[in-house]
Order: sequence, then structure tokens, then C-alpha cells
Amino acid sequence: MIAIIDYEAGNLRSVERALRHLGKDCRITKDPAEILGARRVIFPGVGAAGRAMEVIRARGLDEVITRVASRKTPFLGICLGAQIVLSGSEENDARCLGVLEGKALRFPETGLKIPHMGWNDLVLHRGHPLLEGIDGKAQFYFVHSYYPAPHRSEDVVAHTDYGIPFPSVIGRGNVAAVQFHPEKSGRQGLRLLENFCSWDGEV
Amino acid sequence: MLSKRIIICLDVRAGKTTKGIRFAGNEDIGDPVEMAREYYGQGVDELVFYDITASSDARDIMIDVVRNVAENIFIPFSVGGGIRTVEDMYRVLDAGAEKISINSAAVLDPELISRGAKYFGNQCIVLGMDVLKVEKTERIPSGYEIYINGGRRPMNLDALEWAKRAEDLGAGEICLNSIDADGTVEGYELELTALISRNVTIPVIASGGAGKPEHLRDVFRAGRADAALVASMVHYRWFTVGDIKKYLALEGIPVREVF
Repeated sequence: MIAIIDYEAGNLRSVERALRHLGKDCRITKDPAEILGARRVIFPGVGAAGRAMEVIRARGLDEVITRVASRKTPFLGICLGAQIVLSGSEENDARCLGVLEGKALRFPETGLKIPHMGWNDLVLHRGHPLLEGIDGKAQFYFVHSYYPAPHRSEDVVAHTDYGIPFPSVIGRGNVAAVQFHPEKSGRQGLRLLENFCSWDGEV
Repeated sequence: MLSKRIIICLDVRAGKTTKGIRFAGNEDIGDPVEMAREYYGQGVDELVFYDITASSDARDIMIDVVRNVAENIFIPFSVGGGIRTVEDMYRVLDAGAEKISINSAAVLDPELISRGAKYFGNQCIVLGMDVLKVEKTERIPSGYEIYINGGRRPMNLDALEWAKRAEDLGAGEICLNSIDADGTVEGYELELTALISRNVTIPVIASGGAGKPEHLRDVFRAGRADAALVASMVHYRWFTVGDIKKYLALEGIPVREVF
């Protein structure tokens, strides 16, 4: 079973729908026991970092996610999920989970529109099981005003250019996170989710 | 590089995709879910569904359409038409839409934009604007006036002023429809699109007038649009999404290739 962490923000169901379409067994849940018992865990994301972290702490999910991350369970953060795994965020000055060292930063003024909304490329720094079989020219759907900036360059799997190059796929070991929405990124996005569902958490 | 988006618009009435014909009402042109799947397969970047059903009891049919679309296609889509409250927004988003589009209701109640943005995030709220070119006056300094109720009722409201205000209120995107160009298939209103796009920092979707791929090239270049809405040119099979993208790519405009 794949646990999709419920932190009481909107649209968690789009990830669920995509996984169901792929024939996967998944459940939206905030029950710590259910999350800790899951074979894989997804933190989907929309909303603001501050509010999300408030709910996560109030429900004790911060410790749950930290344990999942340390136990080698394959973990996928999506969008906001790629930001809250870092130590903190400029958004609401939120203290985050600290699974990876680093911070979510707001896009600087470059004359481009914010949010960064639409389909954009990935520039790979290294291979990753999540990206197996995905064409190098494939684009993914982004909607965000903040981006993840891990301290360690080894934690960056791919970057995307939007005024500046920013990390768009990050990860270490069994923890992986994407700033875009694979569940809204057409067939290549579904492929990434499919890859996650067969990933053993090793890189 | 961020691609320019091609968005297909489907007008839905009582569960069927429909197309207005000048002086002749509407004709049904297909099933919205089937059409959505077809366009998804062709590689469209996004879809928008406008519920043009007049009666409120048909709203449930639209929610079923939204749910069905969400189970079958995995790209963003927005839904507009008849959304007047945060509860209406919730129903559509919960059924699987990525964004909701509001137009007349926002003009009559601008705070609806900020309420929606607060509950669901700015990125969920698309402001639809129906705009007619008029003489420049003190009240309408840009020479573009906002109309509501499907372009029938002038509001004595300046389009540029409204666009900026909507951005301040929390709209995440503007879908800018030119009443003058709509239905002509002779090209987008470039001047209007460029005016609005230059003066807001949120993405602008150009709407009204698309008849051939050259029109999209022009609205992406001269019109500075971030996305372009198309309808007739694909519904009547003059062009596929692939045809349009191939043309734009040759013209040097960044578009998403589909694998």
C-alpha cells in the first residue's frame, strides 16, 4: 500500500487518481500507524509551507515522516513536498522537516512571471530510478513561487531553468522529491509515478 | 525553457460539448470526456471547460463530467461557468479540476477572488475577462471595457484597471477574451493581449480569434501571451495539436514535445 499523507490541504486526490489509474493500491491518510506501515509514502503538495507545517506538527506527522525517511521506505515529495523536506522555507519563515539540509527560496525578480506556471524541462545532474525510461526532452508541469535549494550539491538530481537554474528533482537515498506535478504531467509524469511504485529505495 | 501553453476550450451544455454558430444557436459536437481524451492523446498542454448550461439543476451533470475527465487525463484543466461562491469552487476542485475560472461573478463581487485565493491558493483562481474595444474615455482610459453575462452587459469598467486589481486580489492567472475577435477565426486581439500582459505579473491566456497556427505565433510574440486558447480550429479538425506545435516549433517558439 502507498500512503498519501493527508495534511488537510486541497487537491490530494489528483495523486490518488493517477495512482489508481496505474492500478496501484493507495490511501490518503493522516494515521501515523498506517503511514509507518505503508510500503511507500508520498507527500503531495499544494498550499503554503507555514500552514502545512502547522498541521504536520499538530498531528505528529513530522516525527512520522522523519522515521519513514530514516527507515529506507521509498518516499516521494511532490511540489510543496520537495520544500518541506528541507530545514526551512522563506515562505512564512517556516521551520521544516530537515530531512535534507537546505531551504526553500522565493524566485528572485528576473522579469519573469511568478508563479512559474507551465511545462518546463529537466537538466539531469545524475541518473535516478525515478527518471528511468523518461525521454530527456520530456517536460513536466510546474506551479510554484518557491523552489528547493539543498545545501549539498549531491542532493540535486536535476535542475530547471526559469530566470535562474533551480533544483527541480532532489533526493538522497530513499528520499526523493520533485518540484513539478507528475500527476499532472501527462504520460511522462505517470511514468515517473510508475517508477516510484517499483523503486526499492536504493539509488 | 518554459513552454508556451496551448489550451483547448470546450463549452459544455447539459453534458455535451457545444459550439456556438452565429445567428443559429448551438450545435452539439461531441462528448466532452471523449474529446478531452482525444486532445490529451494529441498532446494538448491544458484544457478548459465552460459550463454554459443556464439551469442550476444541470450543475450536477457538469460535476460528473469533471470527475470523469479527471479520471482519464493527467494534465491540468480548469472549469468555469456558474461559479459564484467558495462552495461552488470547492465542488469543482474536489471533483478533480486544477483551477477554477470566474468571470461575471468576480466583477459583481471582487472579493470572491480573494476568498477563493485564500482557501485554495492563487494558482487555483483564473480570472476570465470579456473585453470589448471602445472609445477611450475618462472612465475607460485604456479603450477596453469589461462586459459580463457572456459579453452582453457593459460594466463601464476599464479592462486594464480590472486586470491589475484582480492580480492584487489574488488571481493566479488571467484568461483574456476579446469579444471583437471571438468567433472570427481571424486572429487574436494582439494589442489588447500585449497591453494586459505587459502590465500584470501573472500569466495571461489569450482567447478569441484563433483560426490557424500563425495566429498563435503572433499572440505569443506580439501579444506576449503565456498561453493561447483554441477551439474551432481543433474542434472542426482544421488542425491537430501536433500540427500547431510543429508549426510553432519551426517558428522558434518553445512548445512542449509529446512522447
